[in-house]
Amino acid sequence: MEFLLLLGMPVLGALTLGLWGAHRQAPEINVGFSGLTFLAACALTVRVISHGNLSVAREQFFVDPFNVFLVTLTAFVGLTTALFSRPYMRVEAEHGRLTPPRLRLYHSMYQLFMATMLTALTTNNMGLLWVAMEAATLSTVLLVTLYRTPASLEAGWKYFILCGVGISQALFGTILLYVAAEKVLGATGVSALLWTHLNTVKGQLEPAVLGLAFVFLLVGYGTKVGLVPLHNWLPDAHAEGPTPISAVLSGLLLNVAIYAVVRCKVLVEGSLRSSLPADMLMGFGLLSVTVASLFLWRQRDIKRLFAYSSIEHMGIIAFAFGMGGAVANFAALLHMTVHSLTKSAIFFTVGHAAQKAGSQQIERIRGLIDINPRVGWGLMMGSLAILGLPPFGVFASEFLILTTAMKQQPWATPILLGALGVAFAAIFSKVQPMVFGESTGRRLPHQPALLPVFAHLALVLLLGLFIPSYLAQWYQAAARLIGGL
Amino acid sequence: MHALSLQMLDALAALLLLLSFAMLSQRRIVTLVNLLALQGGVLCAATLLLAWRTHEGHLYLSAALTLALKVIVLPRLLHRLIHRLDVYWDTEPMLNIAGTMLVGLVIVVFAFGLAQPITALASTATRSAIGIAVAVVLLAFLTMITRRKAMSQVVGFLSMENGLFFGAMSATYGMPMIVELGVALDVLVAMLVLGVFFFQIREQFDNLDLHNFESLREDK
Repeated sequence: MEFLLLLGMPVLGALTLGLWGAHRQAPEINVGFSGLTFLAACALTVRVISHGNLSVAREQFFVDPFNVFLVTLTAFVGLTTALFSRPYMRVEAEHGRLTPPRLRLYHSMYQLFMATMLTALTTNNMGLLWVAMEAATLSTVLLVTLYRTPASLEAGWKYFILCGVGISQALFGTILLYVAAEKVLGATGVSALLWTHLNTVKGQLEPAVLGLAFVFLLVGYGTKVGLVPLHNWLPDAHAEGPTPISAVLSGLLLNVAIYAVVRCKVLVEGSLRSSLPADMLMGFGLLSVTVASLFLWRQRDIKRLFAYSSIEHMGIIAFAFGMGGAVANFAALLHMTVHSLTKSAIFFTVGHAAQKAGSQQIERIRGLIDINPRVGWGLMMGSLAILGLPPFGVFASEFLILTTAMKQQPWATPILLGALGVAFAAIFSKVQPMVFGESTGRRLPHQPALLPVFAHLALVLLLGLFIPSYLAQWYQAAARLIGGL
Repeated sequence: MHALSLQMLDALAALLLLLSFAMLSQRRIVTLVNLLALQGGVLCAATLLLAWRTHEGHLYLSAALTLALKVIVLPRLLHRLIHRLDVYWDTEPMLNIAGTMLVGLVIVVFAFGLAQPITALASTATRSAIGIAVAVVLLAFLTMITRRKAMSQVVGFLSMENGLFFGAMSATYGMPMIVELGVALDVLVAMLVLGVFFFQIREQFDNLDLHNFESLREDK
């Protein structure tokens, strides 16, 4: 029941907002549906805490420790982003950048995007996972091009074609997985793509085919994660779309994509019994961290800056999952959570700051602390949190990842540390004058929504100091499930 | 399976590959879409033949889906777009036709090498066609890389989808129905999104040339 509500609410929301979304209260309706989705997610969480794992619709959908916290996180950030987008999109409309039909498209697609991500997270069927991932791309393409500027059209086209081609590779990988699975599970057609079934027989799956499948799956879903060198679409799509979409793309979609990669890795590693998948993840991860941290220096657009920071963090997470083992997996899961919360909070403040300055160019945003101290402090705290300063949660997860790296992969530690240092200097030196320099901003007709920003940062701070026991148990159970060498 | 039908299936597979090469060399966009429709038709025929020979009920559904989507709906949609947007020719490809063909040949050899482990594992009678499916996918990829018009890139993308379906068919007699339906839905929606998207591009630039798309560079 909770489960039906979880997937049903955003679909219903998309239909309602699509049919009469030109309504003046559309932003409130959007918040309402996101709120109901979040309540359903909470109910589901409570049920999982008291009753354990869940399997729905003849095992086509399931909830286990690995996806339960991601479902709640997705619904939560979905709600706070809807809250943020309420005043933000009103200001955009009043500045004449958007017309009512486009706002209708925006609200409807926003709900549909939530529905596809929640489906991708909860489905047990590897084929449906693919379908949902592709649907997530499709529902956001028209959002990236919402402003219809030449740059946004280019960004949308890149996003569509690169992710489309990438995801085709993943489909080929899924077909290969099915070929191997059918051999073991029989041609019943239904169970051969269910992750839970595959997981029990993973030792018998043909290694040569699964190895090949993993290459295609990693390239396919890796394109959506934004792993270097498949990251080209990511900064453009983040910078040119409306800010609430940047927040959910960065905070949620990347998480869902890396979730898909890790689900595949578990199966392939069980079949191959070699470190090939782990090595590939670590390689892509390190490359992403290094390249992204160098590109950070060259950014002049504030949203591109934080888009590259997302690539860097996805690299760290991929590297940690690559290392595997209880501690690294735990740290990676924690990092997914805190990165998602912090990065969306940063995009919220960046959105307001850019509206005040009338530009996304870093050099034109100055002195936020004078114009609106809360936006200024929000951006400063968010940046410090994402850079891994204690006592925020990002520090805890990065610290765990680094110390595990020292023990398991000592050669990688200097690269990681160097990249983190470079990223720190780059982001801090750009954000500092934005917050404390001479002010240039203007007043906005609507009060900025800063509650989501500080709620996110408070949660990140909390996770840095103390992790609730059930959350820690999920992380540990998920870390065992993911395993690794 | 009957030897004759196997041979017919192999012939259809060869036809698919031939069509891929034809698409690689075709610069007229209307013809390109016709070739795509033809490729869909061949795919549909192969699926029907296989359904009849293996008595797999869901393959009939799959064939019907291919017929509806890839032979009728999508080509029509693309033709209408071409007429309304007035884009009939692609510009000179980045590599000349002869060069592209040679690269294509190398790709086919590579594809058969790549398909080796899958062919060894698959238990279907049609497994010899897997190499061709991989080749079709890679050739479509090459088409996308060498073209500059948005429309030809999209045709390449759809041809890649054809190759993937043929691969799934020859390696496992098709994916589970629910997945195939989902994939078909995604492809259809993708084309609708694309139609909207093309009009947005045209409104902004007056043509569908990807030369326009060179402003988002890192050295901006």
